[in-house]
Amino acid sequence: MQSRIEKTFNKLKQSNQKALIPFITAGDPDLDTTKRLVIEMEKAGADIIELGVPFSDPIADGPVIQKASYRSLKAGTTLKKIIGLVKELRITTEIPLVLMTYYNPVFKYGVSEFVKDANDAGVDGIIVPDLPPEEGEGIIEEGKKKGLDTIFLLAPTSTRERIKMVASVSTGFIYYVSLTGVTGARESLPETVEASVNKIRKTTDKPIAVGFGISTPEQAKRIASFADGVIVGSAIVSAVEKNINNPALIETVSGFVKNLKSGIIIRT
Amino acid sequence: MKVKGLKFKGQGSRVKGQNLPDEMGHFGIYGGRFAPETLMPALEELTKAYLYAKKDKKFQEELSYHLKEYVGRPTPLFFAERLTKRLGGARIYLKREDLCHTGAHKINNTMGQILIAKRMGKKRIIAETGAGQHGVATATVSAMFGLECEVYMGSVDIERQAINVFRMKLLGAKVTPVDTGSKTLKDAISEAMRDWTTNVKDTHYILGSVLGPHPYPMIVRDFQSIIGKEARQQILKAEKRLPDYLVACVGGGSNAIGLFNAFIKDKKIKMLGVEAGGHGIETGEHAARFAGGSVGILQGTKTYVLQDDDGQIKVTHSISAGLDYSAVGPEHAYYHDNNRTEYTYITDNEALEGFKLLSEDEGIIPALESAHAIAYLMKLAPGLSKNKIIIVNLSGRGDKDVHQVAKAMGEKI
Repeated sequence: MQSRIEKTFNKLKQSNQKALIPFITAGDPDLDTTKRLVIEMEKAGADIIELGVPFSDPIADGPVIQKASYRSLKAGTTLKKIIGLVKELRITTEIPLVLMTYYNPVFKYGVSEFVKDANDAGVDGIIVPDLPPEEGEGIIEEGKKKGLDTIFLLAPTSTRERIKMVASVSTGFIYYVSLTGVTGARESLPETVEASVNKIRKTTDKPIAVGFGISTPEQAKRIASFADGVIVGSAIVSAVEKNINNPALIETVSGFVKNLKSGIIIRT
Repeated sequence: MKVKGLKFKGQGSRVKGQNLPDEMGHFGIYGGRFAPETLMPALEELTKAYLYAKKDKKFQEELSYHLKEYVGRPTPLFFAERLTKRLGGARIYLKREDLCHTGAHKINNTMGQILIAKRMGKKRIIAETGAGQHGVATATVSAMFGLECEVYMGSVDIERQAINVFRMKLLGAKVTPVDTGSKTLKDAISEAMRDWTTNVKDTHYILGSVLGPHPYPMIVRDFQSIIGKEARQQILKAEKRLPDYLVACVGGGSNAIGLFNAFIKDKKIKMLGVEAGGHGIETGEHAARFAGGSVGILQGTKTYVLQDDDGQIKVTHSISAGLDYSAVGPEHAYYHDNNRTEYTYITDNEALEGFKLLSEDEGIIPALESAHAIAYLMKLAPGLSKNKIIIVNLSGRGDKDVHQVAKAMGEKI
């Protein structure tokens, strides 16, 4: 059976379109805002949404997402509550939802309990940036049993052997990290991203989404010209931060998502 | 391997000539390599370079030369006669790592790692530091070999270890304050990992303890094992027999593993690791991972971690910046579970008593970290008979701590 994520990529492919994948930190500044943001971002053109699970020690994140995690933890957000939020969201939306979480909250929850609860709630996939496939056998197997996609990452430093290995175990899509570094908006992206994506394509037919550093509609457009999906995180989280006391936070952030989407729509 | 495509060279198999860790860095269920993809190739490259160097006679000669001529090894194993008399029990020997150049055992590891970094053609060195001892030891070898050096340090630690911060600057290193989280060692490690993720091509990260993703716990242990190798020869010469007890403080646990490693197979020797009890376990303000923690994953490795029910890492407290960390080295976790080593803790106040005792009785001002081991000795030694032998690892000297101790004693200097 096709997963919701695979279906989304297939559908987009048929109409020659690319996926826009916004990331927000769940619970920043509170879970109710997250819920409304998911619904409005879908209306603004998001195809898949990544919900970041806050962690006390986010080693792969730059300052923007670090601060968002801190705000979210301060508001009392937990993995359990985020799974609960997804369950609520499933009453109103079918958009694929992916949890991006460091491994320790999942490990503490219990890997098989987590996969079961997340899947039951309607989570479609997970990305665990500090869990390479070498350490991820448990979660890959559980995910396979329940139909939860386990999305793994590739980076500019990945060797040929690693590309082959990661591409073969990743399900849903492959997350290509555009640059050597942590999350955060960048003024320019490496020239080599397209060549790297093409290199990965030689070993797999799975969709490839590119993330890290992408922050403007122009950058999104460039990435969409060769990748299957464009992931935008820090720039959106930064918009949340800047509008945290603005009653029009939801409209402002979803307006930004709309701009990103208009950048990547391919008009035929 | 049940998952198709998930095949790794040597998963679960032994590295030639040693039991632990396996080729993927596991000590039983602990350790491993929980790192972002960007760093995975660098960790593989480092493992390869290290294992190659380990077998290379030229590398070993170069390391031995620098340890002898620059670091000042071997360090003495000193019979603490007055302390032995005072405590009235077992015979106490101090392994004097405080006499290493820069004042602590940390340089055993930084010297080894910088030689590896040079072989790998890296131009820039980064490190984290808690008490500043590892930062100073890294800045020192970087200066000596002419490599650029940047040290990450929590802003709380910068305040309580001002002397070491200035030493690093004198040595030409850039000290970058870390203002996130608890602003201590844990956050400094995260920031160093972020830097390494960004600059991995030309930078080597000299991690300072038996922590982090594989191969660090193995590399740091191996470079620190010189402590136990020497101590073993020295005690055999002095007493014609092996000791009954080994005692060392445990932050990440590199000085402890360094001493223990040469005696692991001598099952009769009791090995004791002393963690930081801070204000007491019941207050929640401590860094006793075995007494108050549970299994988790932090900064690249699976081990005992201080965390809450949701898997968020807890903020720790200790008077000693070098022990003030939420996780313990994975090899310690392994030995803890199979009862090869035992772990206990000492509070801030008890550590201060140890600090004063060693200063007054033996004329040695210990680092606050090492003072935890001395304080535990005060509990252990009196109850043992006079023919027992204890070796305590005196991991560092206390010059860096005098301001803080004066403050704790209510004295102005």
